[in-house]
Amino acid sequence: MSRETEDLNRRLLRARDAMDRAYAEPLDVRVVAAVAFLSEAHFSRSFRATFGETPHHYLQRRRVERSMFLLRETDRSITDICFDVGFSSLGTFSRTFREIVGESPTEYRQGHGPLEAPNCFQMMAMRPLRAAGSARHLSSSGEAISAAAP
Amino acid sequence: MITRLNVASIYVLDKEEALDFYVNKLGLEKGNDVRQGEYRWLTVRVPGQDGIEVSLEQPGAPLHDEATAEQLRDLITKGALGGLVFITDDARGLYETLQERGVTDFTQEPIEHFYGTDMGLRDPFGNPIRILQQGKAAEKATA
Repeated sequence: MSRETEDLNRRLLRARDAMDRAYAEPLDVRVVAAVAFLSEAHFSRSFRATFGETPHHYLQRRRVERSMFLLRETDRSITDICFDVGFSSLGTFSRTFREIVGESPTEYRQGHGPLEAPNCFQMMAMRPLRAAGSARHLSSSGEAISAAAP
Repeated sequence: MITRLNVASIYVLDKEEALDFYVNKLGLEKGNDVRQGEYRWLTVRVPGQDGIEVSLEQPGAPLHDEATAEQLRDLITKGALGGLVFITDDARGLYETLQERGVTDFTQEPIEHFYGTDMGLRDPFGNPIRILQQGKAAEKATA
């Protein structure tokens, strides 16, 4: 039992990494599921069970995180950033951004300036608190996030 | 007072497979390899660098009961445990070399930042590894 779980975890992680590498491209769940040697349905179910959110939501969140970086560190327009990170509609981007971050892209940009820290540290430190949809207190890796608001 | 760090550890699923990856693929060298009863004290280190060794720990006896070992293996393969950060003198060259040696689990190809060029990969078990070449790429160009 355990060995199968480990093997599945590792394959799902590999598929998740594949999504991370190609985050700006349209998501083809079948292709990503194939990286894990799974059918689309099995992949989505297993991914959610293992990482706490669906592949689609994981990818949206990673795109939003990337957009947060671009909003802070560059002067690119919000529309350009929207398409840079893989959204195909400004409306979807703005709505998804607000759901995950808690404010609009414009508000976020106004509230944050550039951060002089190594990329990997930035990626960890600037993760949005409302990470996994309705599971407000968990990040996608299952780590509990210390209670934000009192 | 403490004068330096001696050993850091990472968890792997299998020490032999880990040794093959960290030595033959990543290019580290074996440090200590000593059997102490049921336990194998196994470390790797950067060639020629005195000091910091990385100990390769495997969940299970004699360190852990089976339930704990299962928890650890679950976390390792989800990529949730700590990894390692290395420095290189040639990120792009190393990227080519790693691919030639059969490394496929890259999480990030070499990308330039203000502090240098870095890349990300995973060991066979899921542990994250980052490798950094410090400084601007242009400064590192040699004759």
